[in-house]
Amino acid sequence: MLSFFRKKSLEDSSQSGDQTVPSTSSSRSSSLCDNIQFKDSDALVRELGYNNLTELKETIYDMLRTIKDPEKPSTLEDLNVVYEEGIFIQKPTSNNVAVIRVEFNPTVPHCSLATLIGLCIRVKIERNISHKLKLDIYIKKGAHATEDEINKQINDKERIAAALENPSLKNLVEICIRDEN
Amino acid sequence: MGHLELQHTLTGHKGRVWGADWHPKNNALATCGEDKTIRLWSQEGNRWITKTILSDSHTRTIRDISWSPCGQFLASASFDATTAIWDRKSGQFECNATLEGHENEVKSVAWSRSGSLLSTCSRDKSVWIWEVAGEDEFECAAVLNAHTQDVKKVTWHPNEDILASASYDNTIKMYKEDPADNDWMCVSTLTGHTSTVWSISFDATGNRLASCSDDRTIKIWQSYLPGNVEGIATPDGDAVWKCVCTISGHHTRSIYDISWCPHTGLIATACGDDIVRIFKEAENSTKIAPVFEIVTAQHGAHSQDVNTVKWCPSTPGLLLSTSDDGEAKIWKYES
Repeated sequence: MLSFFRKKSLEDSSQSGDQTVPSTSSSRSSSLCDNIQFKDSDALVRELGYNNLTELKETIYDMLRTIKDPEKPSTLEDLNVVYEEGIFIQKPTSNNVAVIRVEFNPTVPHCSLATLIGLCIRVKIERNISHKLKLDIYIKKGAHATEDEINKQINDKERIAAALENPSLKNLVEICIRDEN
Repeated sequence: MGHLELQHTLTGHKGRVWGADWHPKNNALATCGEDKTIRLWSQEGNRWITKTILSDSHTRTIRDISWSPCGQFLASASFDATTAIWDRKSGQFECNATLEGHENEVKSVAWSRSGSLLSTCSRDKSVWIWEVAGEDEFECAAVLNAHTQDVKKVTWHPNEDILASASYDNTIKMYKEDPADNDWMCVSTLTGHTSTVWSISFDATGNRLASCSDDRTIKIWQSYLPGNVEGIATPDGDAVWKCVCTISGHHTRSIYDISWCPHTGLIATACGDDIVRIFKEAENSTKIAPVFEIVTAQHGAHSQDVNTVKWCPSTPGLLLSTSDDGEAKIWKYES
């Protein structure tokens, strides 16, 4: 019951309130269920201080594009490892925490550094975003020979926490995510 | 329908609070976390206060802690690959033994019902059983390499020397000592979860086990002993465990911990969606087809992932939770 009322009130506020929602057109055409989900996310991102979902996506993408590849002198953007369409704003939790999914595309299907890249993406976002969020990081479907294994590892919070207490691994992450100037 | 009433919020840790355990007898508890400290809390009047902070023993995150059944010893498991044993023989809590042997992060530690055995598990895929050999002495009684991946949790049967472990390899395993040669061995493997099994908890009888997983479900497992009336075959004369119930559709993210209250039979869960949920066995539930209903979902129980839930062993209905938000909370379940 509670969640129903919450959705209802969000719906009301979005009708009477802000009308500038540029990315609505694509979502409007989807199912009713997705539509409700969209309104939830949209209301939440405005509460968090973004004008709309696109702005939150762009904010995240700006953090990711400058991450350096662990072994090449290029950024993840240069190598098309990260891309704006790979950032998805999901349905928030019942407690109104943003849920964000980031998809990335390793350069080769046997890329041994995919877990390190996943770790860099996570640390960079968590360190630079000012509000609470739940982050799910996945390899683009079909882009890696052992994607299920890697996806499991880079989303296991205990493994992530332990990895970041490993000084050499931590150092590698810091080098990759350091912003020039 | 019941509800959870927040009784106390315990603040003091810096960063994630990973583990917690009620003292078996007193109005006291311990918490541990990312800040590499253990905090001992006790109730004074209507307040819970930090009595002692134990630090300088571990060099990385303390993942889990466990009181011995007598309440005299505390064991702590750390990402620094060691397990520390604390006691207060000198009047103050001190670390008087450090158990080494795991190759990397120790994830969980648990004392057997008698307090004469201790078990630990690690990302190195092994489960160790230690025998308390005397004053501050622990001997390794077994190294069990049954899992194929990271082992997340160990817990002992409430009435027998049977150990259970849960793993990143999606399975749960049970171990016992072979009376013929005193060797510990894996006697059953419980398969059914489709992702990491984060935690497990026996009911008061030890005939049922509840498990929670990254697959966002809870499973209830029933043991069938040799000669059971249901006619379930027990090939090696050992109990056979079967999944008799899967609870899905409630949790929206990974479920990190589960606790089965020995007094009330209620099941509590700690979830990555910041919610603490309580489940109760329904009236129409049976042994072979149990039915559990959700009786409350405490939305925003914490402001980040909930890592631990533990029912109080001495006061029925009292629940402890810990979270990434740096807090531990004490709740009272009201039906």
